[in-house]
Amino acid sequence: MKRFAFAAVAAFGLLASACATPQPEPEPEIDTTPVVDTTPDRDPQPTGPVPGSLEDFEVNAGDRVFYGFDQYTLTNEARATLRRQAAWLSSYPGVRILVAGNADERGTREYNLALGARRANAARDYLVSQGVDPSRIETVSYGKENPVCRQSTEECWARNRNATTVIQSGANS
Amino acid sequence: MMTVRPFAAFIAFLAALVSAPALAQTPLRVDVTEGHLDPLSIAITDFVSAAGADGREAEIGSEISRVVTSNLATSGLFDPVDSAAFIEEIEDIDLRPRFGDWRVIDASALLVGRVQLDDANRMVIAFRLWDTATEQQLLGLQFVSSPDNWRRIAHKVSDAVYERLTGESGYFDTRIVYVSEGVGPDGEPVRRLAAMDQDGANPSFLTDRGYMALLPNYSPSAQQITYVSFRDGQATSYLYDLETGRQEALFDNGGTGGQSLSARFHPNGRELVVSAERRGGHDIFQFDLRQRTLRQLTTHPSDDVEPSYSPGGRQVVFSSSRSGQSQLYVMNADGTDPVRISFGEGRYTTPVWSPRGDLIAFTKQHQGRFMLGVIDANGSGEERILYDGYFVDTPAWSPNGRVILFTRGDASPTGTDYSIWSVDLSGFNLRRLPTQGAASDPAWSPLID
Repeated sequence: MKRFAFAAVAAFGLLASACATPQPEPEPEIDTTPVVDTTPDRDPQPTGPVPGSLEDFEVNAGDRVFYGFDQYTLTNEARATLRRQAAWLSSYPGVRILVAGNADERGTREYNLALGARRANAARDYLVSQGVDPSRIETVSYGKENPVCRQSTEECWARNRNATTVIQSGANS
Repeated sequence: MMTVRPFAAFIAFLAALVSAPALAQTPLRVDVTEGHLDPLSIAITDFVSAAGADGREAEIGSEISRVVTSNLATSGLFDPVDSAAFIEEIEDIDLRPRFGDWRVIDASALLVGRVQLDDANRMVIAFRLWDTATEQQLLGLQFVSSPDNWRRIAHKVSDAVYERLTGESGYFDTRIVYVSEGVGPDGEPVRRLAAMDQDGANPSFLTDRGYMALLPNYSPSAQQITYVSFRDGQATSYLYDLETGRQEALFDNGGTGGQSLSARFHPNGRELVVSAERRGGHDIFQFDLRQRTLRQLTTHPSDDVEPSYSPGGRQVVFSSSRSGQSQLYVMNADGTDPVRISFGEGRYTTPVWSPRGDLIAFTKQHQGRFMLGVIDANGSGEERILYDGYFVDTPAWSPNGRVILFTRGDASPTGTDYSIWSVDLSGFNLRRLPTQGAASDPAWSPLID
């Protein structure tokens, strides 16, 4: 899942930089041989994630929201992400999701398992308030046991305080 | 799998030897006053074997001496005298030692012992504990067991010496279950339950790599543990039988799909307290093992977690965020009359009631530091910090309430390194537990019969 997200972001970044970088002047002698293969059964050039795919969800909706230290209230930014998730989910009604609550390592193990559950539930409840059928959502808490990074830094801890929405089934590939 | 069963050991008192008249002197006793440690010097000689015995008996004799020495030294209450200083060579434990030889090397106590294999290949281990000042025998005991039990006997000898000289029961013939913190091939965390003797011997794994296992606790019989398992995809209270290796989810959490966390036994062994998720938050429940019934003890909308029974089973301490940040509360075992007992600065978590009943161990987080402390159970708010560091979690009491094991985390460039440490109730004698690799979440068994 993380590898997918990383690959999708990398591809997106390349496209963006290709548009933004000024192109050098073309060489004066141009090869006139057609470079575009027009064979009809050939895949189109990549233009971004397949709509309705995991990559589409992660890139265009955003798969996670972040929380303050020892908090499970949703920030404005988190609500905006969840509204995009809810909109995306309304477009793909066959998709089922798991919302996983996570905590940083600066808390005791059991406390963080409970805190992770609060975070997952807060995200779930907001998605439901935005019209997502609760039967499509499962929640889990990993406490501090499934961190995205391991450094003992504030920056890393902030990344680990999240609720991550994982598509369980029903996505396009 | 390594399990520990009670073994048949015949214990008998040794006949006292003819004594010299007792000198008028205060009885030999380790000072275990909280707040300082004044270790008692003790000479522990190699347990002897009969002349002509095969090498195995002598080998076991010196191994027993080594284990007893390590146990008593690790406690911090004893200071074993270097055997290189010994003058008298003990050959027969039924003869009175030359006490002057032991006093001159400053040994206040002297332990001598003997290993014999009898005709039925049973191992007979006898020992005598002497006060070198009064020249009185303090203890003389004999154990009979099978030869492969020599290590358990060494622990029992240690416990007997400890009890005779401190007035408190020992904790050496015990086991420790903990979480082995590993890393999988893709860098993913691997958390397995592991078990070992209190001194690190006989290590083994209890669970495999397939699922995360956390937060073990012992049953009063030492034959079962509870722990938090991710076998079913999310944190679930499990019961694990150490004898058979069988395990099962404690209960179906009301079909709500919510998680259930660390369960701790009532001293009667038939009930447990556990926090479980209901309607979006955690509350404390009592679970009856025979009736398989769950009874809700707290209903506060804030999270109530980490419950632990008092040694008599009449009260439960737990942590709750009901006042804003996490604090400690004591309530009756039926859930009535919750009273806050922690009032200092910081977030208080992981309360565990001492086996003696008067104190509750806790962890506290304040201004980026973590502390291990003990607080009066009576609500006076009196607390004492025993350790202060980068990270602390999961205190676990020795069965005599004298020593606390805890998870300690130290920051490193690759993330936090977790290890298990012990500390005496005085705050002294901080020691790392000899686990294999990174470790956390210690659970300390009761004394094994």
